[in-house]
Amino acid sequence: MYVAVKGGERAIENAHAWLAEERRGDTSVAELGVAQIREQLALAVNRVMAEGSLYDPDLAALAIKQARGDLIEAIFLIRAYRTTLPRFGASLPVDTGKMACDRRISATFKDLPGGQVLGPTFDYTHRLLDFKLAADGEAPKAATREAVHGDVPHVTDFLNHEGLIEEAVHDDTTPPDLTREPLEMPAERALRLQALTRADEGFTLGMAYSTQRGYARNHAFVGELRIGAVPVEMDIPELGFSVEIGEVTLTECETVNQFTGSKSEPPQFTRGYGLVFGQTERKAISMALVDRALRWEELGEDNEGAPAQDAEFVLYHADNIQATGFLEHIKLPHYVDFQAELELVRKLREEAGANRVPEAAE
Amino acid sequence: MSDYNFAYLDEQTKRMIRRAILKGLAIPGYQVPFASREMPMPYGWGTGGVQVSAAVMTPDDRFKVIDQGADDTTNAVSIRTFFERTAGVATTTKTSQASVIQTRHRIPEEPLSEGQILVYQVPIPEPLRFLEPRESETRKMHSLEEYGLMHVKLYEDISRHGHIATSYAYPVKVEGRYVMDPSPIPKFDNPKLGDMAAIQLFGAGREQRIYALPPYTQVVSLDFEDHPFEASKPDHPCAMCGAENSYLDEVITNDAGGRMFVCSDTDFCEARQAAGHTGTMNGKDAA
Repeated sequence: MYVAVKGGERAIENAHAWLAEERRGDTSVAELGVAQIREQLALAVNRVMAEGSLYDPDLAALAIKQARGDLIEAIFLIRAYRTTLPRFGASLPVDTGKMACDRRISATFKDLPGGQVLGPTFDYTHRLLDFKLAADGEAPKAATREAVHGDVPHVTDFLNHEGLIEEAVHDDTTPPDLTREPLEMPAERALRLQALTRADEGFTLGMAYSTQRGYARNHAFVGELRIGAVPVEMDIPELGFSVEIGEVTLTECETVNQFTGSKSEPPQFTRGYGLVFGQTERKAISMALVDRALRWEELGEDNEGAPAQDAEFVLYHADNIQATGFLEHIKLPHYVDFQAELELVRKLREEAGANRVPEAAE
Repeated sequence: MSDYNFAYLDEQTKRMIRRAILKGLAIPGYQVPFASREMPMPYGWGTGGVQVSAAVMTPDDRFKVIDQGADDTTNAVSIRTFFERTAGVATTTKTSQASVIQTRHRIPEEPLSEGQILVYQVPIPEPLRFLEPRESETRKMHSLEEYGLMHVKLYEDISRHGHIATSYAYPVKVEGRYVMDPSPIPKFDNPKLGDMAAIQLFGAGREQRIYALPPYTQVVSLDFEDHPFEASKPDHPCAMCGAENSYLDEVITNDAGGRMFVCSDTDFCEARQAAGHTGTMNGKDAA
């Protein structure tokens, strides 16, 4: 006998309880601490901070724990929390020239003022599983050296002195904020960069990769990639001057892109830019390539119709919280629209004589 | 939940949303961009509707949530619980007793009255989206009232299938001006959109759009003179309450082709059964 489905509330409660139990896993295994995640899964924490748009390693680690390691779910937790926070003001623009670099490499110059510093990178590791890590490992120690003090100049500035690269025009306009205003097209570069720095790493990587394979190829060199801490300053109205309120670790990538000139621009190198919270190098490089591809119009390049050139396509599909929500909503009941489609298909089949096929519609 | 403001959103955000709602009411059917917030539930799961409900809700309201016409579907339960926790408002499943009704995919069978607000969850607010994927283009088409593409699509349906092959989210024209997506309600519900006594608000969170129909707005489903719009539904009475004119869900009762048709609007169906109406399968096993 048919009874209308009831008990959604209890089903939800039970599902949540089961989820909590599964999250904890086997209780004979020690529980994972938030500090352990923060310290030992730092790159996951960085990704969650970058795409969650909130620089807080402890909260990001907590979100990863709560999300059972599902990083998009963790980003979602951070985003939802972030929107509830009051805004006290805006910081001054950070000066990445004052970065205390842990890593700083240039693919365009063999040596340069400030030097090349590999830093803590996977780059030249041989990807061999380290079975020693499966046992309780000891704490490895790395060699140290005296920090190099002073500013670290940007590689693009060297090229700029010679006039070989497009001038990055200084602009003090307050950039738009897509978390406060609806994202509308056309989007200026500052807004595009904001969208890209929050964008899904995988999506951005795929878009960037497509430009390398010829879909709006833009001949990028990594002019410079730097990772390190920068101070964050804020103007305090009562004081009348700015005060350092903390520091954040950033990854900055500046690409130098070959450019033979267009109707409106002379032959010169052009720029792509990536700036992302934390040590997030794949994302920063991807961002720089996509940024460069999206700049075709201002540089007078042809629209090749490549996906990475299409700001509307890239920006409307790059946010993984929007994408995953809409993708997963098709799990929700659609009985009503499905019923409407059933009726329509039955009617069309009837008229097309398809029902002569025995039992086909049933 | 004293950590959060009444109905979760902060007052500034609510003001911003109310301004968008007022603009929407002033220009019926026009999609107003708004700075949709990240909500603690996923995009695509009613964040637009939730933000609109939160912006119009007062502590004295009585709130009802339906999904597919039912109060007890999981996401309806989840949204109702959200407002119970964050706003502490009274809730109800009775259509006539609710002052704010949030819905996904249905308009209640029972006619709404003045003073009620119906809030729709909208996945894709742009009726032209699947004809033209670019927002920059579709906004231009609306501003120029350039709806030829839509009529061509409907015409092509007729020439190919003999019918307009749209069964839900059937496009409407509002006050002779804007073509509007009524959200994925079955076209059976379309006639209820026009001349409705209640305020109708449409919220699309992920797409950052709000639009509205003030009470007693003219809403016409697009059609052709020789192919008039038809609000169709399964050609059966409800097996539980015997209603002849309500929208029905098809329920599979066994694996031998057994099925029955039941009102999708659970409040409507239960009220009818309580009033003594009965259908062919009420209390009986399905054949």
